[in-house]
Amino acid sequence: MQFDDEPLTPGDPLPIRPGHSSPGRLERVLRAGGFAVTAEISPPDSADPNEVYRRAALFDGYVDALNATDGSGAHCHMSSVGMCSLLTRRGHAMVMQVSARDRNRIAIQGDVLGAAAMGVYNILCLTGDSVEVGDHPEAKPVFDVDCMSMLEMIRIMRDESRFLSGRKLSYPPQVFLGAAANPFAPPLDYRPLRLAKKVAAGAQFVQTQYCFDIEVLRQYMSAVRDAGLHDEVFILAGVGPLASAKSAEWIRSNVPGVHIPDETIRRLSGAEKQNEEGVNICIDLINEIQEIEGIHGVHIMAFKQEHRVGEIVERSGILGDRQLWRPARHWEESAAGGDEVAGT
Amino acid sequence: MYRMRSWSVRNARWLKKLYAGFERVLLWLDPLFRRIGYKRLDAPFAAIEKVTKGFLLDSQNCGQCIVGFTGLSCPMNCPKKMRNGPCGGVSGDGRCEVDPEMTCVWVLAWEGNKQITNDDYPLQVVQPPVDHRLIGKSAWLREVRLKADELASDGHAV
Repeated sequence: MQFDDEPLTPGDPLPIRPGHSSPGRLERVLRAGGFAVTAEISPPDSADPNEVYRRAALFDGYVDALNATDGSGAHCHMSSVGMCSLLTRRGHAMVMQVSARDRNRIAIQGDVLGAAAMGVYNILCLTGDSVEVGDHPEAKPVFDVDCMSMLEMIRIMRDESRFLSGRKLSYPPQVFLGAAANPFAPPLDYRPLRLAKKVAAGAQFVQTQYCFDIEVLRQYMSAVRDAGLHDEVFILAGVGPLASAKSAEWIRSNVPGVHIPDETIRRLSGAEKQNEEGVNICIDLINEIQEIEGIHGVHIMAFKQEHRVGEIVERSGILGDRQLWRPARHWEESAAGGDEVAGT
Repeated sequence: MYRMRSWSVRNARWLKKLYAGFERVLLWLDPLFRRIGYKRLDAPFAAIEKVTKGFLLDSQNCGQCIVGFTGLSCPMNCPKKMRNGPCGGVSGDGRCEVDPEMTCVWVLAWEGNKQITNDDYPLQVVQPPVDHRLIGKSAWLREVRLKADELASDGHAV
């Protein structure tokens, strides 16, 4: 999607239009009515920046923004601030995930300022998985704020240009605020209200848990539309390829909040190449989701199958005729060009 | 007491009314409390609260009670201390993802609120983060003092 006020390099900030919160492309695309694509980049267990760049290159040209996870599953990895620091420098559009599990309000507000200064235009507020499910179950769970009070806190920083304490900021963080939503966890009839509460607290977009059960998603969206919420918040449905029937069974019984219907597992186990069928199912789901009124995009979580995201985006045709910019290729070319100049 | 949690939620309607009556008595006693000093009264009140609310609601004594907004389900029993609604990890049968032995405190809150009112309003109030200085202090006295102050300032305005 080309805008008439494009910066010289597509990775640079766009002018903030009236009614917009951020200079980011994700907000621009959503507000212009585009069907947005975001994906989760898993951070390495490593201090090598090249691993981060290699992982990001897999999504080049296929996503509007990349989500840098923050200790997902309460497992220790490179921090989301670190990931965003590396990738914003190379022009990638980032969604910085912030979990309330590990940091109190002092640390979070500091990180928000730092991130916005580095060029992070989207922040996703999460409560986070409990430490018990992670690799350091003996750690102190912080939970000083929850996702809701975190949204409100960052909205106050942005819109009132102050810390939660009241102390003034000389320049506010201009960020597009996001949250998570799970239409598939009980109490199901409260879930649309929970979305309304997140919107009231400051959420401008939400990314949902994996959607495998289209019927439940349709019911949820119907309640969301009845409440008029689809006009107040951009909803990106979570999708991802399942590797096999066995792994689907495992996810269903071990990952809290993920609901996979029997039919999906039957389709996987009946396939000759289960891995391929997992991708096919994902593409079919994306196409069904695209038809649901009030859904504004998809969020692809392809854990350990990141290399298949490009194929999923291409085959599902969700980008339409949109040409996305390729920050990794741009960087490589300018680095190669730079070398030539240096060589001559 | 864990077993009492769901009983209190089922009986949220009249328990809330009972508390409202009790609060009126406390409010009436405000001038006396001021003479004795709220600070001095805090420890004995907190001790009574710990026993009664501990028994009925399994209260964790955060000192800034919001069970009036949560269908009498104490949100501090949530392992993630969520004061604004359920996380996405609630299992299919409504159990907590971290402690499967218990029902999610927000599943209880949703039921309790329905007992009290047809309105979703109480659950939809965005609750601020916990003030950690108040943990273990008396929430009753804090509430009464705030209400008395409010009444006094309203009186001045008239």
